[in-house]
Amino acid sequence: MRALLLLPFIALLWVPFYNDELPALFGFPFFYWYQFMWVPLTALIIWIVYKDGLKKGVE
Amino acid sequence: MNSSSINWTALGVFIFFFALVTVMGFWASRWQSGGSANKGAHLDEWGLGGRNFGTWITWFLVGGDFYTAYTVIAVPALVYAVGAYGFFALPYTILVYPIVFLIMPKLWHAAHKAGHVTAADVVFGRYKSRKLELAIALTGVVATMPYIALQLIGMEVVIKALGVTGELPLLAAFVILALYTYSAGLRAPALIAFVKDLMIYIVVLVAVVLVPMKLGGYGIVFNSAREAFAAKGGMTGLTLKPAQFLPFATLALGSAMAAFMYPHTLTGIFAAKSADTIRKNAVFLPAYTVLLGLIALLGYMAYAAGVKVEVNNDIVPALFNAMFPSWFSGFAFAAIAIGALVPAAVMSIGAANLFTRNFWKPYVNPNVSAEGEAKVAKMVSLVVKFGALVFILFLPTKFALDLQLLGGVWILQTFPALVFGLFIGWFGANALLTGWAVGIIGGSWLAYADGIKPVHTFHIGADSYSMYTGLIALAINIVVAVVVQLVFGKGGAKAPALKH
Repeated sequence: MRALLLLPFIALLWVPFYNDELPALFGFPFFYWYQFMWVPLTALIIWIVYKDGLKKGVE
Repeated sequence: MNSSSINWTALGVFIFFFALVTVMGFWASRWQSGGSANKGAHLDEWGLGGRNFGTWITWFLVGGDFYTAYTVIAVPALVYAVGAYGFFALPYTILVYPIVFLIMPKLWHAAHKAGHVTAADVVFGRYKSRKLELAIALTGVVATMPYIALQLIGMEVVIKALGVTGELPLLAAFVILALYTYSAGLRAPALIAFVKDLMIYIVVLVAVVLVPMKLGGYGIVFNSAREAFAAKGGMTGLTLKPAQFLPFATLALGSAMAAFMYPHTLTGIFAAKSADTIRKNAVFLPAYTVLLGLIALLGYMAYAAGVKVEVNNDIVPALFNAMFPSWFSGFAFAAIAIGALVPAAVMSIGAANLFTRNFWKPYVNPNVSAEGEAKVAKMVSLVVKFGALVFILFLPTKFALDLQLLGGVWILQTFPALVFGLFIGWFGANALLTGWAVGIIGGSWLAYADGIKPVHTFHIGADSYSMYTGLIALAINIVVAVVVQLVFGKGGAKAPALKH
């Protein structure tokens, strides 16, 4: 489950993948809204790992 | 807006809010003082707020000392100047949270069990090496000083935008800060962080909705910025040039790894009530990152608004003065200035804790009582702040910026000593100390040779690769630590032990 935490690193450190202006969203070039999108996504991923940890009884 | 004329409305609003948090700062000593046995004069009380901060307070406190006034001023300024490249602050402040989630609860446990107050305490507790402890403590204090100075620069910038000249206002703000930190300790910034955040959130939400509305939408904001960068000759732009990929990624990663090695961010962690508090905060703190990204976009809005400045750091205040009525500018500038007080207070407390626990206690007075520790720390917090003030008043601003850049490289070198021991028991103190020393010297040398730039360029054949210097130094640090550990083993202290 903790391996999920690697996703934001791959998504954000692989810069060529998102270094584009298109597709734009609400006037935001891709480069910007993609990075913004990873803020809630990362929070969600950490929350999932956190809940999983609670279930397994992490102190 | 001419800086020689005082904007009285803005100044009035500014002073009102500043006075409000001053009262709160002094009142804070009585707030949240739990019924712990340590009540009263004890370093845990003054320097860690009684180690009793729950999820909400920790959220405000850590958010308040991590996203500083200088961020609000400098990130948009960087984005204004260099475009997409300056946006590395966004991935940086995203990636920091998985790191916090994995590492900081463990660090909290280690600190809580043994009553550690500082990173260097934790390191000494584990490795029993005074040398390594001193190395970590020194790095923390030295890296924090220019950081405090930067907060003052943030304050200076908004005071200037109010039309007030001279050093006196800064001095006054600073004396107030120093006094209530002295009397209330960590509780003062924790309480003020509520007001600061509320104000900053209002300012930023209003700005990111109203400014684009006035200018014709985000499409226009980005278009004006694109045209401005194209006119500059195309070395910068709305997206990165291929040569910027590696520096962008390494700056984001390296900064994320360094962020919670600083004494002020760690102070926020150690003051938490439980490890669970920290985990929850890793989930909810990214809310600030959205804010940071929006603040960064103010740099592009300046192009659409046709605002021009001589010094990049003036871009946010200039934009507010151009787009908003005086009273709202005054409110915004107060938010930024108060945003400087919170981290400056926590930084001076973090540095004071380090000095007291890892220098005063081992070297000056080993029998110091808990009460004595609190006294020393309070005095040191004054000295630290005064030092930062002198720094700003008498040395050029560029010097503070350069030192802060180097500070980032330095603090990152404490990562192995502080973090590795939480996960693996293999490294010995001497291996880590050698790695630290080589990392500090190598990193400083690289940065110095490059003319104090955060990025170093390697030339391999016809190709060149640029990377964050701090991360290069960390790699060297770790390699050296591994080699020393392999060669000298656990008995590294008994060197030269090459023969057996």
